[in-house]
Amino acid sequence: MPFTPPSVDDVLAALASRFGDVESSVFRGQTRVVVPAAVAFDVLAWLKESGFDLLVDVTCVDYLDYPGATHRYGLVYLLTATGTNQRLTVRVFVDDPDPTVKSVVSLWRGADWLEREVWDLFGIRFTGHPDLRRLVMPEEFTAHPLRKDYPLQGRGERHNFPVITRDHS
Amino acid sequence: MAMMPSGSGGRIELPENVVVSRLDALANWCRKNSLWPMPFATACCGIELMATGASKHDLARFGAEVFRFSPRQCDLMIVAGRVVMKMLPVLQRIWQQMHEPKWCISMGACASTGGVFDTYAVVQGIDRFIPVDMYVPGCPPRPEQLIQAIIDLQDKIQREGTITGREFDTAGRQLRKRALVELPILTADASRNPVLQRELAAAADAVAARD
Repeated sequence: MPFTPPSVDDVLAALASRFGDVESSVFRGQTRVVVPAAVAFDVLAWLKESGFDLLVDVTCVDYLDYPGATHRYGLVYLLTATGTNQRLTVRVFVDDPDPTVKSVVSLWRGADWLEREVWDLFGIRFTGHPDLRRLVMPEEFTAHPLRKDYPLQGRGERHNFPVITRDHS
Repeated sequence: MAMMPSGSGGRIELPENVVVSRLDALANWCRKNSLWPMPFATACCGIELMATGASKHDLARFGAEVFRFSPRQCDLMIVAGRVVMKMLPVLQRIWQQMHEPKWCISMGACASTGGVFDTYAVVQGIDRFIPVDMYVPGCPPRPEQLIQAIIDLQDKIQREGTITGREFDTAGRQLRKRALVELPILTADASRNPVLQRELAAAADAVAARD
């Protein structure tokens, strides 16, 4: 009897029986589930135990002024089951004024820098992260520049340096 | 020494293989033909910079083939590519670490103006923050354009400079240099950085007191 991996549908059914109804959709063979922020960590922990053992990416979308959007930020967790080569996208929506979600660094060590990047550029706070510092912007930067309400040309940060002239150097 | 023949009315007869010049001009001639570039290459202009140094375009024809990655050994900084605001303090520090006499070429649209990257993270022209001698247009410039800039820079070097470097040796200039050496790796926003504010104020006070 050859091994037949559980289908993504089976995983979703098990997920629904455990965490209540979760919204899910399929687009061109890629499955997406939306889970509430309150249980996001538990869902991701359970998914990891269920075979989705690889966290491919953590990223975020700002839905400010997006037509039909009901939430401000949409976190994206891309999971892969390395045993069965299945993929699953987990969406978690959070809102202002304090967009917060529980860190998954305790599940996947590789989430460390991914969450730091999301914190840096979108200002999503990951509670329980061991070292939530900025990743790409300078330490002193105060804004979160990939938010849609941040001006493209910045707020003067790129001009605020001492000028070194011929006399100074 | 050329001998002064009697009855020549004070004129010195030179053999035809002797050239008379000023020592300043000799120093400038040496400097312009042995430029050692510091390749501050951050983007696609850096690839053209490498092509310029490679065999086909052969920057060695102009004495500028010795790329050094230590600013202490360089006298020509070639900023090739966009400079982001997080990188700018590093660029300034490297420029300050280079010894006089030194020159700077801003290569390409991004280094000169920010290019198409008019965003919060990209410095809109390095000449806002460090001195620049030559600008090379292009996106990226071809090696011929960079070579032309180096030739033009050689002309500029020949026109200025002294063998003793006395133009660098004013007391006020030395004091200002020392005040800036005290600066920490500079940060994005001085208004939000108390350490930097303190340093800047102290440096300014020191300069004012000595001047």
